[in-house]
Amino acid sequence: MGDKDRPAYTEYHPRWYRKRVSTYWWLQRGTYLVFILRELSSVFVAWGVVYLLFLVRAIGQGEEPYKDFIGWSKHPVVMAVNLISLFFVVFHAITWFNLAPQAMVVRMRGTRVPGKWIAASNYAAWAVVSALAAWVILGG
Amino acid sequence: MADRISLQVLRYRPEQDGQPTMQEYEVPCLKEWVVLDGLNYIKDQLDGTLSFRWSCRMGICGSCGMTVNGEPKLTCATFLTDYAPGPIRVEPLRNFPIVRDLVVEMGDFMRKLVKVKPWVVRKEERPLSEGEFRQTPEQLDEYKQYSMCINCMLCYSACPVYGLDPLFVGPAALALAQRYNLDSRDEGSKERMDALSQHDGIWGCTFVGECTRACPKNVDPAGAIQRYKLSASLAWLKAFFMPWGARDGR
Repeated sequence: MGDKDRPAYTEYHPRWYRKRVSTYWWLQRGTYLVFILRELSSVFVAWGVVYLLFLVRAIGQGEEPYKDFIGWSKHPVVMAVNLISLFFVVFHAITWFNLAPQAMVVRMRGTRVPGKWIAASNYAAWAVVSALAAWVILGG
Repeated sequence: MADRISLQVLRYRPEQDGQPTMQEYEVPCLKEWVVLDGLNYIKDQLDGTLSFRWSCRMGICGSCGMTVNGEPKLTCATFLTDYAPGPIRVEPLRNFPIVRDLVVEMGDFMRKLVKVKPWVVRKEERPLSEGEFRQTPEQLDEYKQYSMCINCMLCYSACPVYGLDPLFVGPAALALAQRYNLDSRDEGSKERMDALSQHDGIWGCTFVGECTRACPKNVDPAGAIQRYKLSASLAWLKAFFMPWGARDGR
């Protein structure tokens, strides 16, 4: 069979139009922006960990370095960074707990546990751990 | 209420246009009319050159997905009156190349769909004489939500990861992989895992969650992918701590 007898479905290849994704695509929708902020929050979570490690090191080095560390922490810039970090860590935790039901499928007695319960149990665990930490630090 | 509404429709005719342009049409704004009815009115009464895909008009075929006022929508389920007094912007689905007017090129999605093996895979086929595979309502319930996907690609249009990285397998294909993984009759989850537990597969997803919000059939692709990540991680842990025979347990 020669080429002329075959059907030529792709004889004319159309010129497709491709639109480039804007660098600022994450500003185009509220949900995209929330997503980017959630991703960004990981930087501040990391900062929280680093700060805590420095605190532990200062305590380990004795009273003088500990007092120096506390003094440094009172610097307005450090306080501002820590305040912003607190906001982002809380934001991270809340968005994380709200997303948890989508990734977790829990079954009890054959029926699927509603997502609200899973989110609520995450929040409850968070509250208990926070209360425990507060008790150890402030009361214990 | 105004009895007419204006539709701003994206036009792209590759033989004459270098860039897409917007063209405005006035269509009747009836209570029972959806955007697709407006487009069909344009095609029949005003301008026969307008190209768009549609078929069933009842949210089953998944052909008429377009971007309506910036949101990915099935135009057969998007009422004109909800956008009154207008105008309504109608554009093709985002993140896909435009072939003509509102028609996008979907070959990429079709190839990805095949890659996830969206069918029941058996290690050994059973002869027909042995009868059907039986399932309990609980077993059906496991995957039913994911089986509602109509391949309309609204989730791909909503997904910024797919927009930025066209190699990403994408929400619908991954949700459909999960649909078969969770089916009690299927034995192909290991084959799918090898193909999908990769950077372009489930790990490409950053859980924006926009696919789930866009889905007209409540499939929740984002949830399916996160569940898939969880089972992939567990399988990896199992293989790491119990290298002997763990691969059978997936």
